[in-house]
Amino acid sequence: MRIGLFVPCFIDLFYRDVGIATLELLERLGHEVAYPPDQTCCGQPMGNAGFVAECAPVERLFERNFSGFEAVVCPSASCVHHVRNKSGIDAGLKSRVYELVEFLHDVEGPDRLPHARFAHSVTLHNSCTALRSLDHEQPPELNLPAAQRVSKPRALLARVEGLSLVETERPDECCGFGGTFSVSEEAVSARMGQDKVSRQQASGAEFVVSADMSCLMHQAGCAARHGIGLRYVHIAQVLNSEARA
Amino acid sequence: MNEQPKRIRIDHAEARSRPLAPDGAAEREAQPRGARTRKGRPVDHAEAAERFLAAPDHLSFHDKRLWDLREKRDREARGIPEWEQLRGLASQIKEHTLARLDDYLEEFERRATASGVVVHWARDAAEHNRIVLGILRGAGASRLVKSKSMLTEECGMRDFLAEHEIEVVETDLGERIQQLDDEDPSHVVVPAVHKLRSDVAAVFARTLGSDPSNDDPAYLAERQRMSNRPLILEARVGMTGANFLVAETGAVVVCTNEGNADLCASVPEVHIVSAGIEKLIPRARDLGVFIRLLSRSALGSPITQYTSHFRAPRAGGQMHVILVDNGRSNRLGMDEFWTSLKCIRCGACMNTCPVYRRSGGLSYGATYSGPIGLIIDPTIDRHKYSQLPYASTLNGSCTAVCPVGINIHEQILSWRRVMAEAHEPAMGKRLSMKGASAVLSRPAAYRRAVDAANAVLPHMPRFVLYNPANAWGKGRDVPAAPGQSFHAWYAAHRGPRR
Repeated sequence: MRIGLFVPCFIDLFYRDVGIATLELLERLGHEVAYPPDQTCCGQPMGNAGFVAECAPVERLFERNFSGFEAVVCPSASCVHHVRNKSGIDAGLKSRVYELVEFLHDVEGPDRLPHARFAHSVTLHNSCTALRSLDHEQPPELNLPAAQRVSKPRALLARVEGLSLVETERPDECCGFGGTFSVSEEAVSARMGQDKVSRQQASGAEFVVSADMSCLMHQAGCAARHGIGLRYVHIAQVLNSEARA
Repeated sequence: MNEQPKRIRIDHAEARSRPLAPDGAAEREAQPRGARTRKGRPVDHAEAAERFLAAPDHLSFHDKRLWDLREKRDREARGIPEWEQLRGLASQIKEHTLARLDDYLEEFERRATASGVVVHWARDAAEHNRIVLGILRGAGASRLVKSKSMLTEECGMRDFLAEHEIEVVETDLGERIQQLDDEDPSHVVVPAVHKLRSDVAAVFARTLGSDPSNDDPAYLAERQRMSNRPLILEARVGMTGANFLVAETGAVVVCTNEGNADLCASVPEVHIVSAGIEKLIPRARDLGVFIRLLSRSALGSPITQYTSHFRAPRAGGQMHVILVDNGRSNRLGMDEFWTSLKCIRCGACMNTCPVYRRSGGLSYGATYSGPIGLIIDPTIDRHKYSQLPYASTLNGSCTAVCPVGINIHEQILSWRRVMAEAHEPAMGKRLSMKGASAVLSRPAAYRRAVDAANAVLPHMPRFVLYNPANAWGKGRDVPAAPGQSFHAWYAAHRGPRR
């Protein structure tokens, strides 16, 4: 499949290795992956703040960059949620945009994953969009039939040799990032993050793994401020952990 | 101490607080107060939240108490296999009713009138308050005993009646605490949940003469009961709200846990019901859907202690129902926001909201706080509540728990769009959004910005990076920039060979 790799702006700037892991993982699955160099952002920062008019030119640029691909894969649930469910981006293109975990689980299937080994105890952080908008897992508030209780990230992590999952209390509670909320409601946001990382620490995990690097950026910042020695990695980095071994 | 009455402890649905400080702990944390409202200025939720966060005992109790309700709610929801179908059904019944509200209101009026109930129509808060005053005057009453009602808060009824020398006595324990402390309720179901029992002890010591050092919940509840019961027994007029108005029978249904509503409705000769026009449901059998959802969602208990149906005045008495619009018809006409009228005021969205639990209901500076407040309050005053839609991370848990399927978090986002279009956000935010749009829609400009950040950030001294203008850096660290963007890495490793 000819895949366009969409690397969100903050991952481009701060988390080069998440982009590399995503790229390599898709290539190891046999795909032809291209990174359109003129890409910037999906428009979510403006869209989530209600500035729809300011979103539009960014969305047009997204269309110019990605309309030529069979599939677009992005290692960020919140960006994919914006593109698919909130943006004014062309409907045909929208339907071809996948978040990485979805792509690996739904399109590829977990048994197609290349071998990975990550001999650490890990706690999973489902972002609110991954949980409640992209159906990575059943949100605990809902009482859905057993057949719908599939966890996509857990199905993928189950393939990783040596990895042990431990649970964090209040797993579904928002960590407080929330985009511009992190700045406009700085005090509440930081407190939510502090509560989240304290519970992650209490889980006994060495690593926090998530499909959303933006949550992890916030959580890692809170952990560092409170002297908590947890490490924060994107699920692509765990699944691609054997690439250059 | 041996003359103290025998204590009967009842662990009812609203539960009891646990001691937070060991007995005899000298320093009690002062209760954080709510949003400061200044005329013409939007309510600043973030500022009030910051003060709430600075009171660790209050914060911790509030967060744990409400999260506990959320967990109990989850357990109850999981105990009912058809829970999600019930939510869907409740939503459909409410949407159906709202779409034919005029018909159902008139049907209710016909049925209730036929049973001897006097039905009044109030266009707004002022009209509601005048009607209440008229009924009180007609009965020769100078006091009104009442149970909990968010609508009367919305109407500012207590202040209005006070100006006309009518004493209002709240009989719900939490609501009475708030009245005696001259504070608004902070939650639609547990109005004093932001207070510790030490705060209640201080309020009761000041207003009811209780022992200031005794903050035992049973003692405090008993003091309130002893001071209120004689007032209820003497009252000529009592008031309740309504959880549901049944069109086909003309019945008023009130769901409570303390029994005070039944006293207010049954002891005085005159019973006034204040109800918003959105409380209608078509048939008595629809109650089977809503009653199963209401208390499970609100408190995680299967049903409220009392579910009382009032269909006619008692012999020799009067029953009045005031149907209040107060902006509801206007809301019904709002394409994106009318479904907020489905709300049955269970408070589940507040209990689950991580922002609400960490800021307290009073930080919203409005009658309705929490997620449901964010989408109702701006329909009442767009400018005053223009910042409230930003007091959310859009995490969507409110929508997931809502028993009547209101897409709360999506409406919060829609309100942000309305605010942006109306230029409500501050100039700085508007400019930064325009700036972001300009950079993010121009690849060359964007690339220059990213490269500049990657060149500068890794070498920036901590005191420069964590300057007072850096809101991010106040409570958490800034991510370490790797010195190379993904874009630059890709160009070096995968790009066309140059």
